[in-house]
Amino acid sequence: MSERILTVDNLRVDLPVPAGTLHAVQGVSFHVDRGETVCIVGESGCGKTLTALAVMDLLPARARRTAQRLELAGRDMLSIGERAMADIRGARAAMIFQEPMTSLNPAYTIGNQLEEALLRHSRVSRRQARARAVYLLERVGITAAASRFKQYPHQLSGGLRQRVMIAMALMCGPSLILADEPTTALDVTIQAQILHLLAELQREFATGLVLITHDLGVVARIATRVVVMYAGEVVETGTAAAIFSRPAHPYTRGLIACIPVPGRTRRGAALGTIPGMVPSLVGKSIGCHFASRCDYAIDACRSADVTLEAARDAGHLVRCIRHAELPALAPTRVAEAAP
Amino acid sequence: MTAAALTAAQVEAAPMLEARDVSRTFRVSTGLLKPKRTLQAVEGVSLLVRPGEVVGLVGESGCGKTTLARMLLGLLPPTDGEIRVVGRPTAALPRRTIAQLVQPVFQDPYSSLNPRKSIGAIITLPLRVQGGSDSATWRAQVEEMMERVGLARSLYDNYPSQLSGGQRQRVAIARALINRPRLVICDEPTSALDVSVQSQILNLLQELRRDLGLTYLLISHNLAVVEHMATRVAVMYLGRIVEEADTDALFRAPKHPYTQALLASVLTPEPGLGVPDTQLGAAYPNPLDVPPGCRFHPRCAHVMDICRTVAPKPVASGEGFVECHLYGTP
Repeated sequence: MSERILTVDNLRVDLPVPAGTLHAVQGVSFHVDRGETVCIVGESGCGKTLTALAVMDLLPARARRTAQRLELAGRDMLSIGERAMADIRGARAAMIFQEPMTSLNPAYTIGNQLEEALLRHSRVSRRQARARAVYLLERVGITAAASRFKQYPHQLSGGLRQRVMIAMALMCGPSLILADEPTTALDVTIQAQILHLLAELQREFATGLVLITHDLGVVARIATRVVVMYAGEVVETGTAAAIFSRPAHPYTRGLIACIPVPGRTRRGAALGTIPGMVPSLVGKSIGCHFASRCDYAIDACRSADVTLEAARDAGHLVRCIRHAELPALAPTRVAEAAP
Repeated sequence: MTAAALTAAQVEAAPMLEARDVSRTFRVSTGLLKPKRTLQAVEGVSLLVRPGEVVGLVGESGCGKTTLARMLLGLLPPTDGEIRVVGRPTAALPRRTIAQLVQPVFQDPYSSLNPRKSIGAIITLPLRVQGGSDSATWRAQVEEMMERVGLARSLYDNYPSQLSGGQRQRVAIARALINRPRLVICDEPTSALDVSVQSQILNLLQELRRDLGLTYLLISHNLAVVEHMATRVAVMYLGRIVEEADTDALFRAPKHPYTQALLASVLTPEPGLGVPDTQLGAAYPNPLDVPPGCRFHPRCAHVMDICRTVAPKPVASGEGFVECHLYGTP
């Protein structure tokens, strides 16, 4: 049994809005083991970012977080105070955001900010901190690291800034890194480089990595396990191989059918679509959240809440009452682009 | 005959759009008290778009894609070279005539629609600009176009803030098509959208192209989207088109090392393949400081001595060309 880094059990995030309460995250559970990459995938508004922020206790002040269990490296994060959480953040668990420009301080040099990350958490000299920073800048592929040290964030390109963020996340040797769309703002070539680097460093330092993305290509290539979210809930989870070769939830199947794949989808052919819109998460709802957009929905889907059930593969869970009979049912819309 | 009154036959026969050796430079400030420097955004680009084609233009940010698009739309005059729309130099055509033939769809439907105008007013504007009809006819035309792009007629009096991203992009498409242009320049039309909405918009663009006989120039950094939509692809790097080929040839056998790296970076949803190493190095190109010789040489895995000093000339290859010393200098 490998070492468990993060346990999230029945996490909920509620946000007060003028119309009532927005149930942004509704009972999300997942775990991350050492050396694992767990991808949380879903479209905008599905609650994936709030899930990550809730784990780091970085939610906006008006949001309310509850959970049955929230443990990082064996420590209960629900009962610890503000100060203790600040000690964990950065040291045990680090976060990488989508736009590095907004998470780096424009008034301080790169070197200063990197050193700061270590000096805040450990009893080391500035010289030691600098040595580690230079080492990590080199590890993330920044050449002439010592001269970059004196530069300010605005002097670096987006790809370099994201490399600095990764180096900063690694400064204290965290057990867990949460990366929220770390490559979405970057060019494809830079995206491939950054992900390659993340995967390599994650193996080398044996950290747990939670990667939040909407890009199924990224998920397939980097994930050990996948958590598919829809409208605040986990609708399917399993290994990357299981999710992509035997997607069990109609939403996952729909998502996969939406994307063009060179060499697989016929040029110009209609791509799969998911009709309709994400339901409002304000107030109480009953039944499957995806029912209004699902080709296979029946009355039973709408009358009672649906729980996660085991699908065919080990560790593969799906929130759909018809998942077992789905492969036999003729899909109405996904036919064209299916592999 | 005036340029404003091109006959249908003239429009039919000519290439839809042509850039001939087009360059564009900008004077940019590099800091207080420092002299201004020249940024060469586009350098000596030639591109031909024939009727009915979908030409994909790909490249990293800062490579000059958008500057080229703005010149092709007549929004920015080239510093050198000539742009021709249906065989006529744009310099000699009135704005209004260009707008009748070429229309844009931009990336971000949140900033490209005026938030204070209703959907109806936004789509009607191009009709008002062209003039020559009454508001009842306009309304009928607009409602027909809304239906065609998949917007309910009942949204006519709504405002952009009341619509989803996908609906807004449909409004932008309706506005572009309302005057029945021949060519639509789509600049990252789906980059700001979720994948399920992206597929709807791509399907719509395909459908409209078939039904209305449109020609597209599709600018995108998403190569899977370009592969799916385009018939021919031009690859831009630091202001130049370094390779051009029909889509099948380009994706089957990319010639330029940069094209190869670009294609290698496409992460298809195939688990187990891992993330490829693109071999491109961390040096990002700076358009203010274009390297001598081949502009790609500092990042190239196959760099030779000649690449550092001599700029490669385009070498014909199949239907297209490649600009790289590996394929010999004619």
